[in-house]
Amino acid sequence: MSNLQLTQEGHLKHFITIEGLSKEILTNILDTAESFIGISQQQVKKVPLLRGKTIVNLFFENSTRTRTTFELAASRLSADVISIDIQTSATSKGESLLDTIRNLEAMHVDIFVVRHAISGAGHFIAQNTAPHISVINAGDGQHAHPTQAMLDMFTIRQHKHEFNTLKVGIIGDILHSRVVRSQIQALNTLGVEEIRVVAPKTLLPSHVEQLGVSVFNNIEESLDDLDVIIMVRLQKERMTSALLPSEREYFKCFGLTDERLKLAKADAIVMHPGPINRGVEIASSIADGPQSVILQQVSNGIAIRMAVMSLTLQNKEYAV
Amino acid sequence: MKKIHITNGRIIDPANHIDQTGSLYIADGKILSVLNPIADFSADISIDATNNIVCPGFIDLSVRLRDPGQTHKGTLQSETIAAASAGVTGLCLPPDTQPVIDTQAVTELINDKAEKANYSQVYPIAALTYQLAGKELSSMATLKQAGCVAVSNANAPLANLLVLRRAMEYASSHNLLVILHPEEHSLNNNGCTHEGFFSTRYGLPGIPEASESIAVAQYLELARLTGCRLHFSQISCKAAVIKIQQAKKYGINITADVAIHQLHLTENDIEPFNSSYHVIPPFRTTKDLQKLREGLANGTINAICSDHQPHDLDAKLGAFPETEPGIASVETLLPLMLCLVEDNTITLSQGIACLSQNPASILGINSGALTPGFNADVCIFNAALSWAVNQQNWKSAGLNTPYWGEVFKGRVTHTLQSGKIIYTLE
Repeated sequence: MSNLQLTQEGHLKHFITIEGLSKEILTNILDTAESFIGISQQQVKKVPLLRGKTIVNLFFENSTRTRTTFELAASRLSADVISIDIQTSATSKGESLLDTIRNLEAMHVDIFVVRHAISGAGHFIAQNTAPHISVINAGDGQHAHPTQAMLDMFTIRQHKHEFNTLKVGIIGDILHSRVVRSQIQALNTLGVEEIRVVAPKTLLPSHVEQLGVSVFNNIEESLDDLDVIIMVRLQKERMTSALLPSEREYFKCFGLTDERLKLAKADAIVMHPGPINRGVEIASSIADGPQSVILQQVSNGIAIRMAVMSLTLQNKEYAV
Repeated sequence: MKKIHITNGRIIDPANHIDQTGSLYIADGKILSVLNPIADFSADISIDATNNIVCPGFIDLSVRLRDPGQTHKGTLQSETIAAASAGVTGLCLPPDTQPVIDTQAVTELINDKAEKANYSQVYPIAALTYQLAGKELSSMATLKQAGCVAVSNANAPLANLLVLRRAMEYASSHNLLVILHPEEHSLNNNGCTHEGFFSTRYGLPGIPEASESIAVAQYLELARLTGCRLHFSQISCKAAVIKIQQAKKYGINITADVAIHQLHLTENDIEPFNSSYHVIPPFRTTKDLQKLREGLANGTINAICSDHQPHDLDAKLGAFPETEPGIASVETLLPLMLCLVEDNTITLSQGIACLSQNPASILGINSGALTPGFNADVCIFNAALSWAVNQQNWKSAGLNTPYWGEVFKGRVTHTLQSGKIIYTLE
């Protein structure tokens, strides 16, 4: 997997998953994003780094925020960017997915940003696309969402500076979350002290502890001494598939309330990849409160995506 | 019919307790004599089997030919040629052809085609339920008369246990073997890989081993209730082996087989998102693999099948969960069996029995042995001969194997079906 993502010189070519990437590469992404953070605050929010490059956002699954931040990231780097929404029903077979890719390839694209409902789709496209094209995974099934994980790492670093002393809790639907898988890999690669995952057993995948986390079924026990609390969105359809009895009971058992937040460290930050369900996984008073960094995550998303885009394309030029 | 004399081979015939170098005499398509010389035998064809092993032709309990209905994946001709090249002289065709094997007409069509192709003998398995829909019984007695050797619902689910109970009762009234692939579909939850660390790591929906062991437990109880002769096909997990072992101890009339690749690969061997490894039942854990091997060695598992499932390229071209499950595996059956002998899991005689005598006995057919008077179904192979899994050597229309590019030891040199040479290594 790591070989697929790296050039022969060990530079980033595709960004499909955090797995297999070194601490140096992840830190380089964070540092590069740091250098881009000022651009969004300038009067002219543009640098000519990717002028003349073409970036295509291929969204086989709907997403407003992720797509928008990728579009903004591309245009702030002066690339030409188009976004295509493709209903999954039209491309439910691999061959037509491949045909879509081939057609766009013929239009001399430099980067595909892909979101797809099936795990492994980004990997499949990276393996089957022309060698000069970089693929950035904007979320595939329940597998990975590496740019989201990196913007979370970026936000954590802004507040906590060092990773190695941190205790991080991830609370919510661990089973279905691609974000969580990527976050766990990133946190472990960056060397945090402890990762705790917190959920009822119906929302925990089997053998999850082998990902390098400790498992809690009780939120109160899990919050003690935490530096970072990451809440995970709960999809409404989990109620109808016998995973949970009701939103109310979920909030009662696993929702982040003001009383519970006091159990963590006083300077703990609260994160959420959004969109948030107020009163389901998190109380409004916390989402809008002083410990919340949720909106910062969104702004950081642009810088991280700029960093990943520029790194994959720059490295390609070095390789040539 | 020609007279054939196979000389100097190491003849291994587990059914008749033979393991000795000597001659095999064939006349009129039948075995005439093993080891005992026949006076004045003037052979039309003489095959020198020096350094080779001569054994009963293999009987494979599950080979998808994709014909009729899915000939873009393989044809009866292409897949029986592949089977013949693998030493398989008889193969069971599961009923999930298109149309399904639930009428006399489809059965006869397959028999006609197989006769015309004239490679391995094809034993059609009839659908247990009409259209494999799991609701109404198929016309089992008629299908048996038309030449079906057993009934099965392939990998299709049954509506409920009452349907299965009645199907088993009806099948046993007609003395028909019921072959069941143990799977509790409601627990599969659209899974495409074993539910374990691999599925968690790559975010792939998993199939728990309980899906199989729960089905095994249910089917065992119904076998006990109905007295039906039951065969479990392609078991994959430790819990299933244990349950089958216990049931056998209590005298329930059951047998079981395992697909050859389940004895070699686990979830740890899967290259991430490589669809060649997408197979149902999925590759499970090292513990499961060890128990399957143990079960094979102690006779809990009676037979090894290939579970051959050729696919066209498009079927495997996509993100892992979207691709079709199955491995084209008949041609790697013998070399992978020989690996089990090499690492002392089973003896060579056991391995051959699992591929010939035992499947024949499960099906209740006079085959799988070199008994004089039986059809001369013979496989001759060189256990030391290396070959590579590549375009040049591969016969199946399906290239979907995780072993593509690998080099194996053990190659068939000749295959004879009813005294006719259906394969010779060039």
